[in-house]
Amino acid sequence: MIDLARDVIRQALAAGATDAECTISEGEEFSAQVRLGELETLKEAGSRGAGVRVLRGKHTGASYTSDLTPDGIERMVAAAIQLAEITTEDPFAGLAEESEFGSIAGDLKIYSSDVETLATAPRIEMARRAEKAAFDFDPRITNSEGAGFDSRLGHRVFANSRGFAGEYRSSSCSMSVVPVAKVNDKMERDYWFHSSRAFDQLEEPESIGRKAAERTLRRLGSVKVETQRVPVIFEPRTARAILGGIFEAVEGRSVYRQSSFLATKLGERVASENVTVIDDGTIPGLFGTSPFDDEGIPTRRTPVIERGILKSFLLNSYSARKLGMKSTGSASRGITGNAGVGHGNFYLEAGTRSAEELIGSVKNGFYVTELIGSGVNIATGDYSQGAAGLWIRDGELAFAVSEVTVASTLQQILMSVEVGSDLEFRGSVASPTILIGEMTVGGR
Amino acid sequence: MTFSDSFFASKFGLSQGDLEAYLSLALSQGGDYADIYFEYLATSMIAIDESIVKTATQGVSLGVGVRVISGERTGYAYSDDLSPEKIRKAAKVAAFIASGPAKVDKQPLHEGIKRNLYPVLTAPNEMGFVERVDLVKRAEKAARAYDTRIFQVQATYADSLRHVLVANSDGILNFDRQPMARLSVSAMARENGGAPQNGHAGGGGRVELSFFLNEKTPEHFAGEAARMAIVQLGAVDAPAGESVVVLGPGWPGVLLHEAVGHGLEADFNRKGTSAFSGRIGQQVASPLCTVVDDGTIANRRGSLNVDDEGNPTQRNVLIENGILRGYLQDQLSSRVTGNAATGNGRRESYEHIPMPRMTNTFMMPGESDPEEIIRSVSKGLYCANFGGGQVDITSGNFVFSASESYLIENGKLTRPVKNATLIGNGPEAMKYVSMVGNDLKLDEGVGVCGKEGQSVPVGVGIPTVRIDRMTVGGTGAAA
Repeated sequence: MIDLARDVIRQALAAGATDAECTISEGEEFSAQVRLGELETLKEAGSRGAGVRVLRGKHTGASYTSDLTPDGIERMVAAAIQLAEITTEDPFAGLAEESEFGSIAGDLKIYSSDVETLATAPRIEMARRAEKAAFDFDPRITNSEGAGFDSRLGHRVFANSRGFAGEYRSSSCSMSVVPVAKVNDKMERDYWFHSSRAFDQLEEPESIGRKAAERTLRRLGSVKVETQRVPVIFEPRTARAILGGIFEAVEGRSVYRQSSFLATKLGERVASENVTVIDDGTIPGLFGTSPFDDEGIPTRRTPVIERGILKSFLLNSYSARKLGMKSTGSASRGITGNAGVGHGNFYLEAGTRSAEELIGSVKNGFYVTELIGSGVNIATGDYSQGAAGLWIRDGELAFAVSEVTVASTLQQILMSVEVGSDLEFRGSVASPTILIGEMTVGGR
Repeated sequence: MTFSDSFFASKFGLSQGDLEAYLSLALSQGGDYADIYFEYLATSMIAIDESIVKTATQGVSLGVGVRVISGERTGYAYSDDLSPEKIRKAAKVAAFIASGPAKVDKQPLHEGIKRNLYPVLTAPNEMGFVERVDLVKRAEKAARAYDTRIFQVQATYADSLRHVLVANSDGILNFDRQPMARLSVSAMARENGGAPQNGHAGGGGRVELSFFLNEKTPEHFAGEAARMAIVQLGAVDAPAGESVVVLGPGWPGVLLHEAVGHGLEADFNRKGTSAFSGRIGQQVASPLCTVVDDGTIANRRGSLNVDDEGNPTQRNVLIENGILRGYLQDQLSSRVTGNAATGNGRRESYEHIPMPRMTNTFMMPGESDPEEIIRSVSKGLYCANFGGGQVDITSGNFVFSASESYLIENGKLTRPVKNATLIGNGPEAMKYVSMVGNDLKLDEGVGVCGKEGQSVPVGVGIPTVRIDRMTVGGTGAAA
């Protein structure tokens, strides 16, 4: 495949491109879904695609195809060249800086062969066991949207006309359960999951099923509370939404377009002393890890906020040139087009107090276990989302709450946050439990 | 057009005999039903940002998906290679969901209905690029010209042309050519060094390029986006807590999509996991509410001649005068529950298993004058525009975010308020609808609906509607 990528580059240069970059992606997916103990869905297939981005001077054009035959590739290259005719000259357009190309050496543990060799029957059996554990946990679990076992294998190749050529394989497998509980006429559902790069690191199906059941049950009997301003705790799963908002506010494009509330705050205090946010694409075995970014620049560890001070934005080569800074190895794209900005493992560093201590410190407040809707305005920092969870009374989780909203601004959230100690990576964005001094809970 | 002139027959030499052979192979392990779906998708996209046309992309993807149903089980496999060996391999993989000897008498294929809800002679992406580049340039210019406080404009034009072919073991053979185009504009305004504010607008459908020259021009969408950004400059904090809410006509119909639409998809109801499960014939909304899902409206973004399982789309009444009438079916759910197909089996691409999905979902107009609805509210919130929404179909709780809204004070719209999330409970919220306007409007054609990782284009619509009780998620005083 890396030869095909080099060949695409050669063809693009021959067709009149002054520079070119090519991405090829291959993937295989397997999924088994079980519901009420019976196999429901089995899916298995693979696909691949190639994309090319060309420059003619400072004009860019891009195209992609799933047809990797010589004819298909030729048409793809011609299509990109054609589009470079219609784009405007952009003084900042280009490839990444040649001096920065590279790839992290060593085993990043993002590919594990045990995912590839799994037989179908045991995968179905694991999903079945996870769902059964949820049902066995409590008789109020009366129904299920099913349990799934999914696995993916990926192969990514990137090459450009300035001499970078690299490739890496990745694997993942995951298990999830969605139990439904019913009491009287009210139904609730929740889910739990685990995913890992290697099959042998996947949690036991029973523990996933029990956790899913527990989460579902604690939502039963929920009430809508009165509108009030109180301390709010986000558990790790929901705290990720806040962290996702911070990522959008520090990614290069929103910075150079001045469309982020953090765009002018580099070097300033934007959060409480407790807040250190890191982006790290190099941690072995995690989902945000890769040897190089989608422009051929090695990934790295970038402190974004350090003890409350905004230290760095996350940049690809284009936004770096626009801002007069250096790329942070954060380029991200599908298989074609100008690279956007993505993150590696983007996380809030753990604090010292446990989740129990944080809950214990709140007299009257809201513990958020579910968020619904997209409610972050990066330009202004305004934050408002639908929420469900548990009410905290005198330091204890007291009763279930649903159909309410939580609102504040990211600025105020960051300034008044306390960070728990329970950091765990269940995806490429991770946060410990966080306690926000005060937010508006909208209810009755 | 007959099958032999169709895209896949003429371009890939596919014959009816080939299709029948693949279906037989798919059923060789004892499945009850099989279908095969071919897709060829060509897309293009052009974007302008900071007054520079920075992005232009085009491409093609093609593939085939084979599905086998055995009881309530589904086997699925796909290939991006249309060679007979690869299609046969996919058929064999999908077949494994069943075990036993072949048992179904496969029906001979016959071509299904012939109609064209989107008679687009030349799809936009069969045109040259010059005309399409001009659309984004015009939009960008118009948004900047709207007001000197506009400082960032991005305009994106995207189109696609999809050819599909579906054949199934019931004997259905259908093919379709599905054009789509959309222009969207986002503008940002700033004054006196304050926080920037966003405005977005966009639209399109299964239309010719002339739609953007004659009906909804780049200047129209640009003006809307710029206007919304400028309005937001004066916005005050949204109220917090329960309030009377008036929805303006058009895109706020996304309320229906979230509050009732998803909850009426047959898969959730067959499994008993929807807040609407088992409620057919019951009162689930105020008697003023009649909600329809209609996949047959000409040139609309959510319309299809046939769904992705080969069934013709139709007009389905979901709620009639507040009474729940029916669910949105796909092949699997209609087979299992013995209900007729409704033409709602859709999938994102050949890599995806079909599911029951909405098409164009809207509320029928009522009798009230929209002005009178606003006048009837002494204190409340008027929502003119929304961002997206989301629903938990099991509890029925849904949200949507208001991107342009105003306080209503003593029957008049007064100050604009900041973006806020509104939350309600599907089967409950619709009971609080107390007035329905006579001004039904469909949205301009931007909707994308996500479900279980699959995105499909949809439409929504609603007249002006008064809802007596919803929770507004702002930070300000209660409205």
